[in-house]
This record gives sequence, structure tokens and C-alpha cells, in this order.
Amino acid sequence: MHNHSARSGGTMQKATESAPAIEIAGLNKYFGDFQALSDVSLNVNTGEKVVVCGPSGSGKSTLIRCVNRLETHQSGTIRVDGVTLDGSRSALDTVRAKVGMVFQQFNLFPHLSVLDNLTIGPRRVRGLSDTAARDLAMHYLERVQIPEQADKFPRHLSGGQQQRVAIARSLCMEPQIMLFDEPTSALDPEMISEVLDVMVELAESGMTMVCVTHEMGFARRVADTMVFMDHGRIVESSPPDTFFTAPESERCQTFLKQILSH
Amino acid sequence: MRILTVLFLSLLLSGCASSNWGWYVVDPTTTTGANNIRFLLSGLGNTVLLSLTAISISIVVGLLVALPGLSERPALRRFNRVYVELVRAVPILVLILWVYYGLPQVTGLAINVFWAGVIALALSDSAFQAEIFRAGIQSINRGQYEAAHSISLNYRDTMRYIILPQAIRRILPALGNQLVYMLKMSSLVSVIGMQELTRKANELVVSEYRPLEIYTVLVLEYLVLIMVVSAGVRWLERRMQADERA
Repeated sequence: MHNHSARSGGTMQKATESAPAIEIAGLNKYFGDFQALSDVSLNVNTGEKVVVCGPSGSGKSTLIRCVNRLETHQSGTIRVDGVTLDGSRSALDTVRAKVGMVFQQFNLFPHLSVLDNLTIGPRRVRGLSDTAARDLAMHYLERVQIPEQADKFPRHLSGGQQQRVAIARSLCMEPQIMLFDEPTSALDPEMISEVLDVMVELAESGMTMVCVTHEMGFARRVADTMVFMDHGRIVESSPPDTFFTAPESERCQTFLKQILSH
Repeated sequence: MRILTVLFLSLLLSGCASSNWGWYVVDPTTTTGANNIRFLLSGLGNTVLLSLTAISISIVVGLLVALPGLSERPALRRFNRVYVELVRAVPILVLILWVYYGLPQVTGLAINVFWAGVIALALSDSAFQAEIFRAGIQSINRGQYEAAHSISLNYRDTMRYIILPQAIRRILPALGNQLVYMLKMSSLVSVIGMQELTRKANELVVSEYRPLEIYTVLVLEYLVLIMVVSAGVRWLERRMQADERA
């Protein structure tokens, strides 16, 4: 499995130590005529936590959605754990097996119980027996602290609980990398912390994480690298200390002032 | 609904007294009447069997035609469009005649009345089923596919376990509609000699010369049959909703 010890503030310079978990180079992505990503390059090392922020429409969600190819890119390369996303089925399958994703809208399967939401992947994809899948699911439900909700349906859970189920569903596939696409943006304020707590715990366990989020408290706490995007470009990429105290670009300064003003 | 039924029945009953009606043909207290009723009802099994077989096939075919319609490949989408437009343009009666009298000449295989009816009804209905499934599947949020992809479910499993179970719940009322429609359209298969409800009524009319009474009974037969089916579909809808709420 992956190297847990690489957690200590890996940045791009550390790429030589271990193979980067994610290597993105010269990435361009268009929606019709609109260029959503312009020449984006980013390396994420194993165990590294990257927090991506930026104004809406800056391409941050698109960027992480490209990593497990929910969006296809037009040019540039994306390599996940050494496997290049070249449009082939086998590369896609390999990468998706390594990468878990948590969505803003949870996207739980509403017709399946919490337990079935969690076991469907392990059973159908990883070929686990019903009992093994169930044990695995309960293990991760305990980890996100809602084992008592196993037999309920998603609609009976609060937003925070649903998002924790979604995280557990991803973890049941035992991914090496977790992508979070604004995981707390659809939540009521009082539910944000229960999701962030789970994410912090996950970060501390050594998981490689790329999080698109505006939760700067979380970012300060877990990020090894902060990435600021605007208009489809990475404007700034630095460790949180530098990022929060001395952001280089004016655009980033304005952005931080706006979201940290309250 | 109840008021309409009462009105309809009282109209019939008031007619019983008038000399224009001859309810004796279907009077269960007489031997002839009872035999006639038995004769009319003896078509029920075939009507139900024909309709259920045809709709089972048309649902499967409809789904198989709907899926290429949702593909990213233009060629597959074109196949879906051509099939739907072509098949739904043919009147059911014409299709029945064509399958029964025409198809054996092409294939060299004689088809019995039942299977000719099933093929024609199923073929005709499949175009509509295809559109119903396409609409139902398209109504499912994109996020469901993305979540399924993100846990590596392949296309088949995504459809089978994630998309279709949700889509079918949504299209259940439309499927119920098609079943009712199918039960009614199965009467058309009487023209090639299928011994179902309408055919039995036609045959009895020829021997008894009492079209008004016999066709009235036929109307009631379809009415009751379809009310039972509708209640069944409603029950299924409620049960599926309850499943989700459980």
C-alpha cells in the first residue's frame, strides 16, 4: 500500500523521493469554446494533502473531476500512481480503483439502504462476499461514526450524516487517493464540522487527499499545499504558512480577504 | 367514478324493462344464458395471457432499444430513432395482419394465431416502451452515474443496480398505462381468429343475433379487467414507495 510517512509537508520538490500519487502536466480542458482549465500542472505526492480554493468558475472542481475522468481533458497529461489517463478503458479502470471521490451533493443511491450503498461497490467490483462486504461497510461506518444508521435510507439522514456515508462508501473501495469536491458546501452550518472531523481524521491516517473547499480552518489544519485557482489557471501554490500570511498574487489576496473577513 | 358506474348500470337496468333489450341471452338463471356467459368469459384467459406475454416481451425489447438511444455514439442513437419512428408509425391492426399473413411468406414458417398476436402487439408496444424507458433513465440525476463511476461500477452494474431501479419507479405509472392499453389492443387480434374476449363476443353475436346485450357484456368484461389491473399497478406503486420509505 502507500507510504504513510510521506505525510510531513510534501510539496513538489519532494517528487523525487517517492513517485507522485498524481501528476498533472499542461492540462487544458474546454467546454465548447469556454476554456475551463488552462495549462494546469500539479503534482501530489503520496500522503500529501492539497487544498484547492478559488472563486466559483475558476476550474477547481473541473480539475479534480479530470483526475478520475468524470471529465475528459483535451490536452496535457494526467498520471495517477504512474498510470496515464489516455482514454483507454484499462487505464480508466485502474485509476478509478485507486481514486475515491466525495461530491458536493453526496450522490448517495436513494433507493438503497446505507449499508447497500456501502456494499454495492465491494460486492460488484471487488468481488467480496456479502458477509465480508458487510463487515467492511460496518468498519467504515464506525469510522465515520454512524454505524447505527446502517439500515436506514439516505433520505432519513441529515446532510452531514449523508456526506459521512458518502465518504464511507468511497473508503469501502479502499482507495489510495481521495478527492473531495466541495464536500461541505451543501450542508447546513451546524453539520459542517462533523464532516470536517471525519476528513481531518482521514488526513491524519495518511490518506492522499485533494480537497476543493473553502473551509480555511480545515485547510490550515491539514493542508500540506494550498492551491489557488482563478480563470482555469493555478495562480498560486504554496504551503499554508506562506499562503495565508503572504500570498503573492493580488487576486489571491483579495480572495482570502473576502472569505476570511467574517 | 362510482357515480358514473351507478349511472351506467341504472341506464342498463332501466333498459331491461323495455322490449328493445333481450337480456335472456346472458341471463345466468337460464341454461342458455349461463352457457353464453361461460362462453363469453372463456376468452378471458387468452386476453390476459396474450397481453401479459406481449408486454413482457415489449418491456425487454423496449429497454434494449432505449439503451442505445442514450449512447454517446451517434450510430447507436440513430438505430434507436429509426426503430422507434418506424415501428410506432405502423397501425397495430396492420401489424397484426402483416405478421399473421405476410411474415410466413417471408420466413416460410407458419405462425399460430397466438404468437402472431404476441409478436405484433409486442413489436408495436416496444417502440413506446423504448421512449418511456429513455425518458425514465434520462430523468435520473447525472450525479448517480458519477457516484457509480467513482466506485468503479461498470456500465452493466450501474444500469442494473443504480439507474434502472430508480428509473422503473418513476416510469411505473406509464408502464401501467401501457398494460391497460395492451389489454384493450389485444381485442384487435380477434380479426385473425384469436379466441379472446372480443372474438368470443363476435361469435356469440353471430349465433344469437343480440349484439347490444353481448357487446355490453364485453364492455363490462374489459372494464372490470382493467380496473383490477389498475388497482394492481397502484398497489405496486405504493409498495415500491413504501420500500424506499422503510
